Amino acid sequence: MRKAELIMALVMAVFSIYIMWKSTELPIGWIPEEGPGGGAFSFWLGAAMLVCCAAIIYRWARRLSPPSQSDEPFMDADAARLFFVITGSLGLMIGAIHVIGVYFALPIFMAFYMRYLGRHSWRLIAGFVVATPIVAFFFFEIALLKTLPKGFTEPWFYPLYDIFL
Amino acid sequence: MEILGHLADGFLISFEPLNLALVIFGAMVGLFIGAMPGLGSVNGVAILLPMTFLVPPTSAIIFLGAIYYGAMYGGAISSIMLGIPGASTAVATTFDGRPLALKGQADKALVAAATASFVGGTISVILFTAFAPPLAEVALAFGPPEEFALMMLAFATFIGLGGDDIPKTFFSIFIGLVLSAVGLDVVSGEPRLIFMDLPGFLHGVNFLVLAIGIYGIGEMLWTVETSRGNVSMSKATVSAKRVMAALRELVGTWKTMLMGSFLGYFVGILPAAGATPGSLMAYGVAKSIAKDPSTYGKGNVDGVVAPEAANNAASTGSMLPMLTLGIPGSPTTAILLGGMVIWGLEPGPLLFVDHKEFVWGLIASLYSANLFSLLINIAFIPAFIAVLKLPFTILAPVIFALCVVGGYVPTLDMHDVWLMFIFGVVGYLMRKLDYPLAPAVLAIVLGPLAERSVRQSLIGSHGDITIFFQRPISGTIMVVAIILLVMPLYKIIRDRMKAGRDEGGAA
Repeated sequence: MRKAELIMALVMAVFSIYIMWKSTELPIGWIPEEGPGGGAFSFWLGAAMLVCCAAIIYRWARRLSPPSQSDEPFMDADAARLFFVITGSLGLMIGAIHVIGVYFALPIFMAFYMRYLGRHSWRLIAGFVVATPIVAFFFFEIALLKTLPKGFTEPWFYPLYDIFL
Repeated sequence: MEILGHLADGFLISFEPLNLALVIFGAMVGLFIGAMPGLGSVNGVAILLPMTFLVPPTSAIIFLGAIYYGAMYGGAISSIMLGIPGASTAVATTFDGRPLALKGQADKALVAAATASFVGGTISVILFTAFAPPLAEVALAFGPPEEFALMMLAFATFIGLGGDDIPKTFFSIFIGLVLSAVGLDVVSGEPRLIFMDLPGFLHGVNFLVLAIGIYGIGEMLWTVETSRGNVSMSKATVSAKRVMAALRELVGTWKTMLMGSFLGYFVGILPAAGATPGSLMAYGVAKSIAKDPSTYGKGNVDGVVAPEAANNAASTGSMLPMLTLGIPGSPTTAILLGGMVIWGLEPGPLLFVDHKEFVWGLIASLYSANLFSLLINIAFIPAFIAVLKLPFTILAPVIFALCVVGGYVPTLDMHDVWLMFIFGVVGYLMRKLDYPLAPAVLAIVLGPLAERSVRQSLIGSHGDITIFFQRPISGTIMVVAIILLVMPLYKIIRDRMKAGRDEGGAA
């Protein structure tokens, strides 16, 4: 927990500096007749973030914040496994949307999650896998008229559009 | 009288078939979301906001308002049955609700929670109806300096009353403001903070992306981790006879109900305070004024009534500054406010002039949302108890799926889905390290308004910062905000001096 707090504060300090540096692409000073430059607002916010990080690190060093006093691990082995399985599969699913589209990536993710983490029966899983794309299609594409990303499966949907739109 | 006329118009709007159906549906969804451990009104509203593009803004806000209300009722169910708060707003309900359930009186606790929620909700909506129009009228005279002062007050409330780590709270506010500055600079039109030169940042960071990331994905990760152990569920025997007996017994708690309702309402009005502190404070007050405080924590019905009346009252209270001033009173109303911007409405007092049907439709629907939440809650207590048995491994993937699609729909850009994923994971890790995240969500919603009001004020005053202190209303609000900001510092210094004195005395 102690190490994690320091690492987070350092990462955020680097991010603050990046924001300050990025803000200087626009004028950050006072432009006569115009007021503050476009980058001023974000530059000073970045600076304020950096000050906060310094204060967090100071409190960490003096052991003033609860995480800096804790000897517990940031995540135990079981929690870490769950965290990596869930975020990993979620990331893979979002990546897969670019290729195979929402209508295939979502059901695969749900089936994996329910089977691997929940040990639910295949019958139940099949129900969700079939229902999800159907509900999503009618709600988003037909009712809301918002096209969801489909990757290479796009042409497979043309006949459906012809029928329902 | 004029108010009654508007209210009557509002009822006509809220009783239109679509809106009435949405109130009932919203109350049910809210009850369900509230009852699920780990999910509360803010999660429900954030995840479901993109789905409301289907209906006009008035119907959308009515639906989301009903979810907000239903979730306040529903939170009590898991607090009582599992001893795990269904939402942070129902934390105080566990203190006495759980002991009651363990004594075999779960039905009594559930009925008390529902009734107190109804009383708190109804009293607060009546107060709301009476206060909102005059406040909006006053607010119509506000200029940019007053608007900015109010936003300062909202942020200062987090610092002064938040009780969290102060540097981390400040950090959260600043990062929210920075994210709101991404995109095109409003004055020069030049691109600003385009991280790694990705074109997706040109349209800015949509507040929903942050809200769904934190309250959808982050919250799910959090719940998965914290709900690993086995939980034991209490048994509840529910029959009409027992419900009636419980209701009769509740008559004796009317004082606590009134106290919780008024206290919750006024805490809710404070910018950024919301229902969680409101319900905790009501519990504390009820305990301290009780004849026999030692019965609290062991299954005193008053200990269920006070926080439940207060959290519903506070949720209405937090809508008052949202509608009249354009300043959210809680994380959930911050998301509703962001929703109004998406729907093309300008939040603030002009809503009462330009969009009467929106404002009064919402207010009237709160009356009916309350009634339906009560009826559905009591009628379907067994059903909601069954909900608690729903395995989380079914709910979680469904919610992840909703988050992914919900993050995509507002802008139709996969860039936002990735961003939401990153916000969710980083937000979860930060939350584990005690970073409060609600200030960041409030800041990203208020950021563009804050930057605009500062720039307009400074243009009006030719760069003179004292403009914020010269006008009576903005001056007063700024002074209160500064006091709130300085308060934690004063406390630290006082504690240091005290510690120093103690050490000196010991030596």
